[in-house]
Amino acid sequence: MKPLTRLNRLLSRLPTHLAVVVMCIMWLIPTLGLFITSFRPREDVRTSGWWTVFLPREQVGQVEYETYCASCHGADGKALPQADLTNPDLIARYPRSNRLLAMLRKEINGRPHLVDPPLPENPRQAQEFLSPVLTYLQTISGGHVAGHRFTLRNYADALVGYKGTQDYLTDCQQGVSSTLAKFNCDASDLLNPEGMGRAFLNTVIVTVPSTILPILFAALAAYAFAWLDFKGRQWLFAILVGLQIVPLQMTLVPIARMYVRLGIADTFLGIWLFHTGFGLPYAIYLMRNFIGSLPREIFESAYLDGANHWTAFRRLALPLAAPAIASLGIFQFLWVWNDFLVAKIFLSTHPVLTVQVTNLIDPRGSNWHILTGAAFLSFIVPMIVFFAFQRYFVRGLLAGSVKG
Amino acid sequence: MTVPTIMRQGRWTPWFYLLPALVIMFVFIVYPTFNTVYLSFLDKTSTRPASAACVPDEPCWGIFENYRYALTNPEMVIALRNNALWLLLMVPGTVIVGLLFAVLADKVPYESVAKSIIFMPMAISFIGAGIIWRFVYYIETGGGEQIGLLNAILVALGREPVAFLSNPAINNFALMVVGVWLWAGFCMTILSAALKGLPAEVLEAARVDGASEWQVFWKVMLPMIMPTIVVVTTTMVINILKIFDIVFVMTGGNYGTEVIANRMFKLIVTDTGRSMAIAVLLIVLTIPIMVFNVRRFRREEAAR
Repeated sequence: MKPLTRLNRLLSRLPTHLAVVVMCIMWLIPTLGLFITSFRPREDVRTSGWWTVFLPREQVGQVEYETYCASCHGADGKALPQADLTNPDLIARYPRSNRLLAMLRKEINGRPHLVDPPLPENPRQAQEFLSPVLTYLQTISGGHVAGHRFTLRNYADALVGYKGTQDYLTDCQQGVSSTLAKFNCDASDLLNPEGMGRAFLNTVIVTVPSTILPILFAALAAYAFAWLDFKGRQWLFAILVGLQIVPLQMTLVPIARMYVRLGIADTFLGIWLFHTGFGLPYAIYLMRNFIGSLPREIFESAYLDGANHWTAFRRLALPLAAPAIASLGIFQFLWVWNDFLVAKIFLSTHPVLTVQVTNLIDPRGSNWHILTGAAFLSFIVPMIVFFAFQRYFVRGLLAGSVKG
Repeated sequence: MTVPTIMRQGRWTPWFYLLPALVIMFVFIVYPTFNTVYLSFLDKTSTRPASAACVPDEPCWGIFENYRYALTNPEMVIALRNNALWLLLMVPGTVIVGLLFAVLADKVPYESVAKSIIFMPMAISFIGAGIIWRFVYYIETGGGEQIGLLNAILVALGREPVAFLSNPAINNFALMVVGVWLWAGFCMTILSAALKGLPAEVLEAARVDGASEWQVFWKVMLPMIMPTIVVVTTTMVINILKIFDIVFVMTGGNYGTEVIANRMFKLIVTDTGRSMAIAVLLIVLTIPIMVFNVRRFRREEAAR
């Protein structure tokens, strides 16, 4: 091909490439923002957008320092020898901005500490200016732990369900009493009922049986629909097709009341059974279509060799249906793992990941660093499953899914 | 599908295979559905008929009192309007975006990567997607930097930040964008498979006859994949009717973003009768699709 033709081809395809790439970027950015934010220190998340990690770093708090402190303490903080702001021992006396605020509110040498400009009267507003100043002081005195641009502390906070004002690991080191009242500061905190660690475990306990049980029962029923003759086979299966789209909202209250009567309200058994019931119509539908399309000859020859239905089911249908079982397994697994409504109603005392994430939402938006980490913890398993078994998932989808 | 005569069986054998599944489905789907219909005619205590909640001198539909609520309560009217809006805008939105991407991705060498990216939101929970987008739409009102992507862009362009989720003029559209982001991958996957299944000769013949790519798409591809588009559309209609998680996590149904399923969830404990009437409303709306699906299934079976 002549270079010119090739260039011409490339140019004519350019709009297509551009459209595809732009759409992919648009689809990725929201998730990317969440992912990056989950690794940024709390103060950074609060004061700057996640995209700033790609820009040269501005010193956090430098502007605020220059506004309030530089006129007396000097640009480098060393102007007053009796109050050298680069001295780590001095700065260590103010681990949090409220301590700094209390000190600044006191008079110094008979005059207010800060006059030009004065700090806002409202303590919360004042702390909004002071916390970056403190971060800046910690950085120039060399004692600041969050000097790094990325941290795993948000994940520690999310896993144990920390809701305090610093972070879990720091609180444990400093022995902050409110934290010690709730946590043991050892590995057992991973199972704290308010944390994502425990929620992860609950989700696994919910998901595994809820995936296996419906497939098991569906395989049996699908075999009957495909290879056994009985009265009403056609219309029973047609009803099944209809059942696939019954909204699960239709069944919540009667089942919840039934569970209370049976004494299995708020138990894992209850939620396993619910997901099994709701997974079945689609599972039977998909399995029957697959098992039914297996070549009839293999079943016939098995019967000629003296096999009965049970052997044919176990030795022929089940192994040959492995691809359908895989599709269905992935599908049901992701569905149950990502479910919120059923878990919220039937398992409120053992929150699963999706429920726990909503518990962590702060309407004022002051804990994005933990919330993003928590959300990502809930994505890890489905994302691995999805990317590893995408082929099966797509196949399950193509078999015609309308669920839940 | 007919069973070979050689495969003899006892009279009860099929039921041995069917019984576990049938019993579970009866207990967990069929019985509760009828029970819900029954409960929808009772008041919030589930012990008296719904008409017990009627107040003298005020409109009352007797035993259908809960349905009066479901159809005329101002909150419910907003929810019904929103579900209609979602159906009208988002169903075509996802199908068109999905189809567009399926057609475009088909022409590039990195098709599978591109499709994985669009499809990825389907792997994560709606709750997680809600968190992702809450962060994109976040507005900082305390005077600090805008850390939400969209408002940061607006501020960088010299505009005022916008409260995407609490401004009733735009919040429903903001939520629908999330819906498209989530479901376009689903539509794309199914439509893409249909496009790949088109016989190459037909498309080639059209091109040889001098049809432009544009004409090939409108005159050949689109009519041929129409059955698949219908299937995708019906599936999306069901999904949208039941839309819940996104609204629950992003706005809680406040600021005029209420939808039917969220209303049903809110009332489930405080007023079971009304909640059940809303659930019945939901299933009534899905019945046409149910009938359509069963009919299509029977047609396909007859053609086998």
